[in-house]
Amino acid sequence: MINKKVSKVAIGSVRELPERLGKTVFVGDKEVAVFKLSNGSVRAIENRCPHKGGVLSEGIVSGEFVFCPMHDWKICIEDGNVQAPDRGCVKTYQTLVEDEEVYLLIDEL
Amino acid sequence: MEKKKLILVGNGMAGVRAVEEILKVSKDLYEITIFGSEPHPNYNRILLSKVLQGDTEVKDITLNTFEWYEENNIQLYTAEMVVKIDSIRKVVITDLGRMEPYDELILATGSLPFILPIPGANKEGVTAFRDIKDTEVMLEASKKYKKAAVIGGGLLGLEAARGLLNLGMDVAVVHLGPYLMERQLDPMAGKLLQTELEKQGMTFLLEKQTQEIFGNDRVEGIRFNDGTELEADLVVMAVGIKPNTELAKGCGLTVNRGVVVNDYLQTNIPHVYAVGECAEHNGIPYGLVAPLYEQGKVLAKHICGVDTNPYKGSILYTQLKVSGVEVFSAGDFMEGEDKKAIKVFDDQDNYYKKIVLRGNQIVGAVLFGDSSDGNRLVSMIQKEADISDTMKVSILQPQGQEAGASLVASMSNDEIICGCNGVSKGTIIQAIQNQGCSSVDDIKACTSASRSCGGCKPLVAEVLQLSLGDSFDGQLQKEAICGCTTLSRDEVVEEIKAKGLTHIKEVMFVLGWNNDEGCSKCRPALNYYLGMVNPTEYEDEKESRFVNERMHANIQKDGTYSVVPRMYGGVTNSQDLRRIADVVDKYEIPLVKLTGGQRIDLLGVKKEDLPKVWEDLDMPSGFAYGKSLRTVKTCVGEQFCRFGTQDSMGLGIVLEKKYEGLQTPHKVKMAVSACPRSCAESGFKDIGYIGIDGGWEIYVGGNGGTHVRSGVLLYKVKTEEEVIEITSAYLQYYRETANYLERTSAWIERVGFDHVRSILDDQLHRKELNNRMDKALSVIKDPWKAITEDEKVKKELFETVVMS
Repeated sequence: MINKKVSKVAIGSVRELPERLGKTVFVGDKEVAVFKLSNGSVRAIENRCPHKGGVLSEGIVSGEFVFCPMHDWKICIEDGNVQAPDRGCVKTYQTLVEDEEVYLLIDEL
Repeated sequence: MEKKKLILVGNGMAGVRAVEEILKVSKDLYEITIFGSEPHPNYNRILLSKVLQGDTEVKDITLNTFEWYEENNIQLYTAEMVVKIDSIRKVVITDLGRMEPYDELILATGSLPFILPIPGANKEGVTAFRDIKDTEVMLEASKKYKKAAVIGGGLLGLEAARGLLNLGMDVAVVHLGPYLMERQLDPMAGKLLQTELEKQGMTFLLEKQTQEIFGNDRVEGIRFNDGTELEADLVVMAVGIKPNTELAKGCGLTVNRGVVVNDYLQTNIPHVYAVGECAEHNGIPYGLVAPLYEQGKVLAKHICGVDTNPYKGSILYTQLKVSGVEVFSAGDFMEGEDKKAIKVFDDQDNYYKKIVLRGNQIVGAVLFGDSSDGNRLVSMIQKEADISDTMKVSILQPQGQEAGASLVASMSNDEIICGCNGVSKGTIIQAIQNQGCSSVDDIKACTSASRSCGGCKPLVAEVLQLSLGDSFDGQLQKEAICGCTTLSRDEVVEEIKAKGLTHIKEVMFVLGWNNDEGCSKCRPALNYYLGMVNPTEYEDEKESRFVNERMHANIQKDGTYSVVPRMYGGVTNSQDLRRIADVVDKYEIPLVKLTGGQRIDLLGVKKEDLPKVWEDLDMPSGFAYGKSLRTVKTCVGEQFCRFGTQDSMGLGIVLEKKYEGLQTPHKVKMAVSACPRSCAESGFKDIGYIGIDGGWEIYVGGNGGTHVRSGVLLYKVKTEEEVIEITSAYLQYYRETANYLERTSAWIERVGFDHVRSILDDQLHRKELNNRMDKALSVIKDPWKAITEDEKVKKELFETVVMS
């Protein structure tokens, strides 16, 4: 088993996260897009579209999907999968909400 | 000139159509007042059976909405009946005691259902089938009772019967004649129809004469003159109609069966016309829609003092669907004496066709099961076609069976496709070619073809197919705005207006989106349409904006943004330039570039710096990111240029100040040049202005992008005021009718330059468009200033979180 360290990073209050709008979060050298969906859940994915590196945090959010603002690729925020007819996936990050504070769980090798 | 007063008595299909025809000839001649005894606007009586069947609402069969009356400045009095005409003093008097003077009067009182004068006809549960009120009575009855009897096996009776069957009642049709619809069908077709309807569950009692309706307060049954009885909780009398001449009789008008009119629809009293079912022309009161519309046309021209051919009567023909079965008849369709018939009967595919000949001439026809040949046969009958050169049987050839040629293809351009509205094949082709119609709905909106009974829709589709070839796909008739709905742009906008929808979620919910939160196509589109329909009330939804319009800056491939401040007409000064230079230094902006639209672009600005950059610039947004007015490019013009004939910079600045921030379906670019050398490149802008001696030329629909297109001269005008008036009207019409993300160049090709021009030619239209434009402009604020003053938005949109 690889010895993985998981760091828990607080990124702000859940009440201050706007619904259906992405938030850009830099953690070290990682750029993460954090979304509060219309059902209230908070999700985080890598902030770059696998197509041409579009910034996903600025995409239009519909349900559990985000549309990349560059070329309209449709990406599932829950599992990071690009939707057909395009293909690929983005990294997802675990999130936690404790006492209204949102945390990102980031693996570190 | 003061308008003359025109009064229409009767707010039904014939009368209102005549008024529509009058408005087509001239909108300025008459001040129009309409009296209608029903509390509804004009609706399509032919489709009442659909309302009865429960799948259609009254509003769906409305032909002219209350707004239509308003838009055309027509004074409408509903639920008010004219009870007297004083033709000496030229006034009408209503049942509410209102007196209204007229210069010209049109009677279109329609007809009354014929109620059999038998005992019990006034019992509860006995109704006619003529108007919305009757329909409501029947709908109510179907909820409580089971057994219905329809007296009358004509068209109306059968439609009523079908409706009641759909409502779950047991229906018996009682008919005096030996077979159904004997006015429209021959015995063979009548029997075939009966067999078909029996399969659907109707029962028939033929050659039965009703003697009495019995029961206590409510009907319990019918007794016939042969002593037999039929149980019924609801009796619908559909034995026929008679011209409604009650008003006319008391006023000295000559009345026979209907109000007698001449070939110009004039009655015996000067300034009084009659049209439609209440009128009798040459001994015939007509009861079908096509003749009524023909009469309306003649009347309109005559009353407006325009030359017209006299009305010479109509060839009667019927083309309808009875309970899903197509039937058709035309002309003199009963053989005998000097008339001979050719018949084809296919028992297997269940169709029957007959033509009736007098010598070599076709005088009548009957079709059952497949009526697609109907229009062609009517036109052969109308033209009194000589068929001696044709293989007789080939006239009855089922469509497409021989040589595969379409019947529509073989029709000449003056042949009628839509009988109800008298629209010829040629007119439809013109609408396709000149006005960009590409669907049956477009054609309907443009020409009225298929607007009334809808029977000719397949023919209209065939004309489209023939004209547009493969690019027309009947299945893809309307283009849904995205995969979340099947509704087209026009349908969605119509529903937003009709249902008063006010936000995106509501639109999706009410119109049954198959995806709760829509997608990146429909959300921005709905956001635009809602704001367009309701500029002062609608609250823009930033979550449904594309990133650039949400952030009010253009996103670049690396996630930074570019910022373009407003410089009206491309004119700047030392102060603005100095401030721009300071901002570039302070925020270490990597690239400064001049744009194609004569602006300065600051590229590579970090998202979190945007509000500060705007604040320091202290200039309005240049909207370089927006579906909005981008830039008005100008040449130097008469201030400095030796060729300049006009103040191009001045006009450019006025235009840009007026329309900055306006939301449009797609970006809009303008240019103003002071002479025809057109240094500002006015020839391929959405709107381009070229100064000429004493005025301006206005070019529209140009594009310098993916599909290069030259602008087309829309108007030459003299003053700046006229420039603004035309520009506002044109832009507003684009705003109201274009698809979201459709540039003006594509839009004008789709709707047609001539069409747009005709809208703007109409002074009233132009003024209304200007008013709506001013309303839209009244709520615009500079977005940069608004954001810099709003801490919440700044935090939500522009802050990033940085963790080490």
